[in-house]
Amino acid sequence: MAIELLIGAIKAIIVLLMVLQLSAILLWFERKGSALIQDRIGANRAAITGFGRRLGMPNLGFVNTLMADPLKLFTKEDFVPAGADKFLHALAPFLAMFPVLITFAVVPFGDVLIIGDQHINLQAANLNVAALYILATIGLGVYGVALGGWASNNRWALLGGIRATAQMISYELAMGLAIVSMVMTYGTLDLQAMCHAQSGVWFGWLPRWGIFVQPIAFLLLLTAGMAESKRVPFDLPEGESELIAGYFTEYSGGKQAVFMLIDFAEIVLVSALVTTFFFGGWNFPWLYPDGFHLPGGAHLGLPNVAVAIIEVITFTVKVVAFCWLQILARWTLPRFRYDQLMRLGWKGLLPVGLANVVVTACVIVFAGV
Amino acid sequence: MPLWLFIFLAALSIIAAAGLILQRHPVHSLLALVLTLIVIGILFIGLGATTVGFLQMIVYAGAIMILFLFVIWLLNLQTQPLEGGRLALKFLGALGSAALIAELLVFVLHLPAPLGHNQPVAIDYGSIARLAQGLFTSYLVAFEVTSILLLVGVVGAVALARRTTAEGAPGGSP
Repeated sequence: MAIELLIGAIKAIIVLLMVLQLSAILLWFERKGSALIQDRIGANRAAITGFGRRLGMPNLGFVNTLMADPLKLFTKEDFVPAGADKFLHALAPFLAMFPVLITFAVVPFGDVLIIGDQHINLQAANLNVAALYILATIGLGVYGVALGGWASNNRWALLGGIRATAQMISYELAMGLAIVSMVMTYGTLDLQAMCHAQSGVWFGWLPRWGIFVQPIAFLLLLTAGMAESKRVPFDLPEGESELIAGYFTEYSGGKQAVFMLIDFAEIVLVSALVTTFFFGGWNFPWLYPDGFHLPGGAHLGLPNVAVAIIEVITFTVKVVAFCWLQILARWTLPRFRYDQLMRLGWKGLLPVGLANVVVTACVIVFAGV
Repeated sequence: MPLWLFIFLAALSIIAAAGLILQRHPVHSLLALVLTLIVIGILFIGLGATTVGFLQMIVYAGAIMILFLFVIWLLNLQTQPLEGGRLALKFLGALGSAALIAELLVFVLHLPAPLGHNQPVAIDYGSIARLAQGLFTSYLVAFEVTSILLLVGVVGAVALARRTTAEGAPGGSP
């Protein structure tokens, strides 16, 4: 019993640290990536008193930026505007952060790791209604943003909060419908079981990934997910030309850093969900629990530990690839107008999502898949 | 779930429900209500009704309460001083709550098994499969009628909203 609790705690801490580290690295990734896209050099001047440079050390822009950004943010004055609701103003960043982080608990990052006689399921919490859990936590994520905008006692912040809330509840529907069609396809709400259903190959070469069964649901989930994370082209809630910075206009110092971190944690979350539902999660093509089975009939046996490590690396690489895709989209597409945003959500994604669910149901009933 | 956890969550839900009534500001009251609903959802999950618990969180805590928040914002409700109220209303309120407590007592007294004697439940008791089986076999008619009722409500709301725009100022921004 005690050892199971210990394993559970270690898994939870590993997942949490992986997400937070990746979010912090994405902060640098985005600054450098945007610079590459715009033909600039980007963040490379954060050297500690120019110390290393003078000694002729190579440029450590990456490490320095990672250290300098949080240091700068957390040593700034934490300002609370006059007339603000102090309690809610302080609570809002945590209300926004908490649901994003706990959602990762049900995302499987590997199959099974066998140590001694312990079969460790590489998933922080093995829930048999994981899809419902995801929808519940995403639904609760709205409060932090909405109350952060309201508690600041600033009209721009309130407008940003209202925009963010309206946008998030609109796109939650499309996201939910995409998840519903995947649940119908695999007949389970358990994400680990979904990943198992996606292992193996069709025709000897095509991986059995969800995207080949449900391409429309994939587009729905990716688009709705990007809208949920409120980034360009969906960053109306913080449209800086109209609303200063939207719902976190009145935040500074550590609390603003938390709101920035949420942005990146949400990118990681969307990537993890897309990977799990549509790209096989931790599945590596032709990798089975006992090793590689290549199309030519070749077989390469691997111990369980090696297979588990390959699976975790595969999952991480897929997640990072989708993070990169989202950053690329953010620096490529222009911002929508607000009416375009609402039209896309309610008249575009929602009917497509409903039709997709109906077609999926018909295929399941009549073709008996 | 262990007894101490149940007592903790039950106490938390009662405190949050009291907060709903005692808070002066509508937004604070709303947050207390959200907390109440989430804790009740967790209680459902802990007692085995997993699906119902998560649906409670998605529908009530996640969706309906956001609507309440929008209504509070749109009506621009501020902190209200507690008014005295009319004596007749207080009397009726006291009568109503007394009736509710009496009903609860009657319900507890007529339990099939005495409190503290747990009946073992099936292993898939709160599962989504079990719930769906009930909904689509024994309670199919009630389920479909309810869904039609909701649909009528949605269509009615849309019709009302459209009529106001047609009769009032021409819609759209200037």
